[in-house]
Amino acid sequence: MLDARERGANYLVRHHYFRWPEALPWLIAIACFFVFPNRMTFGGQVLIMIMFALSLDLILGYAGIVTLGHAAFFGVGAYTVALASLRLGWSEPISGIVVGGILAGLAGAVVGWFILRYRGLTLLMLTIAFAAMLQESGNLRSDITGGYDGLPGLMFDPLLGTFQYDLYGHTNYWYVLTVLAVIFYFVRRIVYSPFGQALTGIRENVRRMHAIGSPVHRRLVTVYAISAAIAGVAGALFTQTNAYVTLAVFDFDNSAKVLVMLILGGTGRLYGPFLGAAVYMILEDYFSKLSPTFWQLGIGLLLVLAVLFARRGLLGLAEDARGLLTGSERRSFASRRLVWKRDSWSALGSSAFDGAVIGFLAGFAVNLKEADLMTSYVTGMPARAIIFTLGGAAIGAGINAVALLITGRTAVEEPPS
Amino acid sequence: MPHFAIVAVSILFDGMAYAMFLFITSVGLSVTMGLMGFVNLAHGAFAMAGGFVVVSLTRSYGVGFVPSLIFASVLIGLISARLERRLYRRLYKSTDLEQVLLTIGLAFMAIATATYFYGPIPRSVPLPDWLEGDVNLGFRAFPSYRAFLIAIGVVLIAVLWYAFERTNIGAKIRAAVDNRRMAESVGINVDRLFTLTFAVGSGLAALGGGLAIQLFGLTPSFAVLYLVLFLIVVAVGGLGSLKGTLLAALVIGIIDTGGKYAFPVAGNLFIYAITAIVLLYKPTGFFGRE
Repeated sequence: MLDARERGANYLVRHHYFRWPEALPWLIAIACFFVFPNRMTFGGQVLIMIMFALSLDLILGYAGIVTLGHAAFFGVGAYTVALASLRLGWSEPISGIVVGGILAGLAGAVVGWFILRYRGLTLLMLTIAFAAMLQESGNLRSDITGGYDGLPGLMFDPLLGTFQYDLYGHTNYWYVLTVLAVIFYFVRRIVYSPFGQALTGIRENVRRMHAIGSPVHRRLVTVYAISAAIAGVAGALFTQTNAYVTLAVFDFDNSAKVLVMLILGGTGRLYGPFLGAAVYMILEDYFSKLSPTFWQLGIGLLLVLAVLFARRGLLGLAEDARGLLTGSERRSFASRRLVWKRDSWSALGSSAFDGAVIGFLAGFAVNLKEADLMTSYVTGMPARAIIFTLGGAAIGAGINAVALLITGRTAVEEPPS
Repeated sequence: MPHFAIVAVSILFDGMAYAMFLFITSVGLSVTMGLMGFVNLAHGAFAMAGGFVVVSLTRSYGVGFVPSLIFASVLIGLISARLERRLYRRLYKSTDLEQVLLTIGLAFMAIATATYFYGPIPRSVPLPDWLEGDVNLGFRAFPSYRAFLIAIGVVLIAVLWYAFERTNIGAKIRAAVDNRRMAESVGINVDRLFTLTFAVGSGLAALGGGLAIQLFGLTPSFAVLYLVLFLIVVAVGGLGSLKGTLLAALVIGIIDTGGKYAFPVAGNLFIYAITAIVLLYKPTGFFGRE
């Protein structure tokens, strides 16, 4: 039996080598260029978001730092490139993103040094406050930053002196993809290294890490700075892709959006950001054009369902499905009998009541939309009221019944663990 | 009166009105987070919902402003109690991140629903005659609505203080915030207590939302726009502390009003700066527990 140290080393060595399925996302990215040649500006945006989500995964998924202000570093990178091009006449793209990344990384190091002493709500508020302060300061000096109207019409030199930016975003796509590949390699090395393992340790049990003498604060600040640098590179690429930047890059909305993308794909996994960002951007592109309101409802619903049923994101679901189809889980699932407990009835009743209330209100709302409110709901249209209420009750009870049968336990009970 | 004093009085008055709004809306969030450690980012959505209920009642059904406020608070309180029992309860043992995500998701759904029914245009409420115009206090005339807001705030502070400090239930809540396990072992039903405080807190948020319509106008994005502000008040004041929320609301309300008067370009910079400074020195806020 190997001792813990050897097992740890074996784990790292085993994951360190590239496995062939890892080529899949890259092949898909390359294929997209040939399959969708006229969606390449959008493709570039997706790749940039993947990079941004990857940077967040480093601190959230691996080190466990919850932040709603990561857009701050994205913005630092974006504005570095914009201001360098506009005010200093420095429009070479590659050095631009390097400088953007470095500045964002420095900002991350400084800010992180102060705020990473805290946890929980305090840390969350400090991250929000920092991003908001950057945004407001930018607005203060809107003579430099262009304020919320932004800096339009930025010009950048051809890549490596030869590849000119074209209207279709083709050059840009390969450029961003290459940068993403380089950064990804770097992130992968970090994650499958003793440093990366220390981060996981900090996430799982920070007290123990302190107890074994691990320099927790130093590790956290380091990874925060690295993550900030990567976010900065993503921001710099954003400016170069759009040739335009506004203070909206610092928005709370952006920080929240990238968090949702990451959760969707699955935190703590290297390819979670790829899946999450791609799926989110594609869905958003389609649905928000259809109806922005429904898109927002859909995202909200997705989040709620994800937290309740898919805590580890799409990749987590995929792993569960694979476990279900192979291995020991399959046997226990197949042999599970459908159990109907006595208090399942009260759970159904509860759901029926909720469903009835929602149904009643839905009917009321339909009334609102139709007749612009003045017709009395219950007395004026009793049939509709009854149908909506009973329908709601039936749907509520039905959903709960299905859930009970699948999971084999009552719904009002708290799930174990 | 010298010009400086006039300006100072104006700032103080407007700042206090703003502070009362912040206090009324945030006190529920503070007690919820202090009592159960549950991060409820849907709190802003409760406020928004309360606001829209008031709008509908006053505009479409001709109910008076004050009765609408009361009805909205009670309604939202009941709905939130139901929501707590069925949904939030499952997540008490979850990580902060999951609670954040769930409640943000609920907030988005609420915003989308409100947009669907009410549209994105800012709404207003018809006010009764005695709330329009000014109230003359001799040396200056003050807008009646703001004076009303301050008056309600003071009354609520007194009521809440009395409830917290002098009643049995208040003692139980304080006990549960201090040391939940001990409170449970002494026989206090913390779960039921929490549902009650959650309902009252959300009801107060709805009241705050209804009161805010006249100050800021009501749009569906009210839920997230002002959420950050409520979180700031709660974090700076200290979780679970009535005193703290009040002090934080006053500080933020008055300094923000003053800041916007003196340096309008700086916008919300002052608020965020205060937050960062306070939290860096006192991470648990003014009166929070370690």
